Amino acid sequence: MDNLLLMLAPLFSSKLLLVLFFGTLFGLILGVLPGLGPTTGGALILPFTMTLDPLSAIVLLTSIYCAGTYGGAITAVLINTPGTPAAAATCLDGYPLAQKGEAGRALGMATVSSTVGGIFSVVILVFFAPILAQLAYEFGQPEYFALAIFGLTMLASIGEGSPIKNLIAGAFGILISTVGKDFMTSIDRFTFGINELTEGIGFIPVVVGLFAMSEMLTQSTLINQVFNRIALKAIKLPSKEDYKKTWKTILRSSGIGSFIGVLPAEGGTVASLIGYSEAKRFSKNPEEFGKGSIEGIAGAEAANNAATGGAMVPTLALGIPGSATTAVILTGLIIHGVRPGPDLFREQPDFLYGIFGAMLIANILFFIFGFFGAKIFARITLVPNKILWPMIFAVSVCGTYSLNQSIIDVWIMLFFGVLGFFMRRYGFSVVPVIIGLILGELVEGTLRQSLVIFDGNWLMFFTRPIALTFFILSLIALAFPLIRSRKLKKK
Amino acid sequence: MKNVQKSKRANKGLPFFFKDEFKVSFVIIFVSVVLLITTFTFDIVPPILNRGIQPATFPKALLILIIAMTLIVYYLATKNPWKIEKKLPRSFFLTVFSFVLFIIVSKTLDFFLAISALSIFVAYYWGEKRLFYLLLVGIIFPIIVFVFFETILGLRFPPGIITNIYYS
Repeated sequence: MDNLLLMLAPLFSSKLLLVLFFGTLFGLILGVLPGLGPTTGGALILPFTMTLDPLSAIVLLTSIYCAGTYGGAITAVLINTPGTPAAAATCLDGYPLAQKGEAGRALGMATVSSTVGGIFSVVILVFFAPILAQLAYEFGQPEYFALAIFGLTMLASIGEGSPIKNLIAGAFGILISTVGKDFMTSIDRFTFGINELTEGIGFIPVVVGLFAMSEMLTQSTLINQVFNRIALKAIKLPSKEDYKKTWKTILRSSGIGSFIGVLPAEGGTVASLIGYSEAKRFSKNPEEFGKGSIEGIAGAEAANNAATGGAMVPTLALGIPGSATTAVILTGLIIHGVRPGPDLFREQPDFLYGIFGAMLIANILFFIFGFFGAKIFARITLVPNKILWPMIFAVSVCGTYSLNQSIIDVWIMLFFGVLGFFMRRYGFSVVPVIIGLILGELVEGTLRQSLVIFDGNWLMFFTRPIALTFFILSLIALAFPLIRSRKLKKK
Repeated sequence: MKNVQKSKRANKGLPFFFKDEFKVSFVIIFVSVVLLITTFTFDIVPPILNRGIQPATFPKALLILIIAMTLIVYYLATKNPWKIEKKLPRSFFLTVFSFVLFIIVSKTLDFFLAISALSIFVAYYWGEKRLFYLLLVGIIFPIIVFVFFETILGLRFPPGIITNIYYS
């Protein structure tokens, strides 16, 4: 009961409501604009959060996360381009349905299923995050090391790119985290005599570079691209018939999305693809999929928004990001001096339940904004790239500079922009780099401290049941893509 | 599908060192080897102070892992070649050039001027020829961002010819 009251706290704070309002609005705008999205947007807004208290800052980031994930559906339905990668599966049926003159119906279903998925996942978050946090009390350094390894091996099975390329990108992310003074011995590593590098490479320059700047370069190759835009008259709530057809799909996809979200490193993109394919598998009319099936839209959208709450579970309970955007939120927590993990649940329940409540309200808010404002948000896609991207560049540069007031950070951002472009061009996803960078310190720190505890005996890791379980799960995570590709070949 | 098959066939006809899979693998391995050599220059902690492993051990292991995985990627690519990517257009190189220009101008002249120059340059080469919009992205918007960061976040931008005028 107390916790429920704590969850409702944001409703009684005008400041938090204002933050939620702007966060949801901003998230929707970011989600609608192809190439941006909640991860880039979160990274860009991070410096601004320094002027806010920790709760307001995280509420801002989480509302951007929830609304941005939904916003991608608007672009997916109207211009057949996912506003965010998580909305890729929505294009498959959203756009064909819009082509049939039912854009309003498609967006109505996307809005309802996203809201249901999002709210469902917040319920999961409220129940499971404290349980997981309680479990984390059993964790020592070796268990955290094994957990971080599990998180990294999960990179092999994320939707984008080949498993080995994802693992290379993840290892590269960890390597970046080793730049600077070694935290145990203060010995310089990979600093090449540059003083600014002794503090290490910051998270923000890397994220903004890999996401925003590399996207700017991608857009520079597409300046002659013309989108076929479908006009939206008005968004329509789904009919009784549509609800009858889709309620099971929405609930199933909400469950799938929440579960996928909880898995470290997996996010909305994987969730929506699985949600979509499961919707097709269970559908009475699978032949309609790809041609404008309302179930397809419901399956994909419920799953990707359900992944938002799910991804917050390991982020808050263990400090392991559940997705690229939660990696940004995790950085926000750390910047504001909040250490995620079990102690957070014991010592700052008001803070945590404030976040849960804010996520719940954000899901309701984006429903309202989406329902009444989808037509306006759709117009945002009309802003030409030649105007939009130079503006994003100015914000990216100033935002990156602002954290440490270091021009080197800006150069690092530009370097990672070029690197990110080529990574994406040759099939290396940039998400694992971010996850690797976030987990790098944890992996190395827990490994070295564990070895001190074990007196250098590596085999001792396997004598700890929880650590052993995570290692076995890691092996399964590595084997999964192989099994999947063999199955596909057999088919 | 046909295009992919065509491009795969085209890719098979190229000498191995022209193929993307070779070039990418080579660059990754080359950089990794250079970094691996660098790890041997890291200071060594004396045994009496050393707790666990040496600071160079972890990066070394990571780099060896990256090299090994890259070799696997290359081996797999010889069996199943990557599709040939389209040639990069001029606008891409101009955008990269504008990044370089930004670094030079921000280092030598002024941070604000660098943002402004890049914005105008990119907008122009991406097809914006209307003066008002060029001024909007190149001058008006950067001023708004600059003032916003300066006043709200209390940020102090690096000195330069324009920034000095503003601060004085």
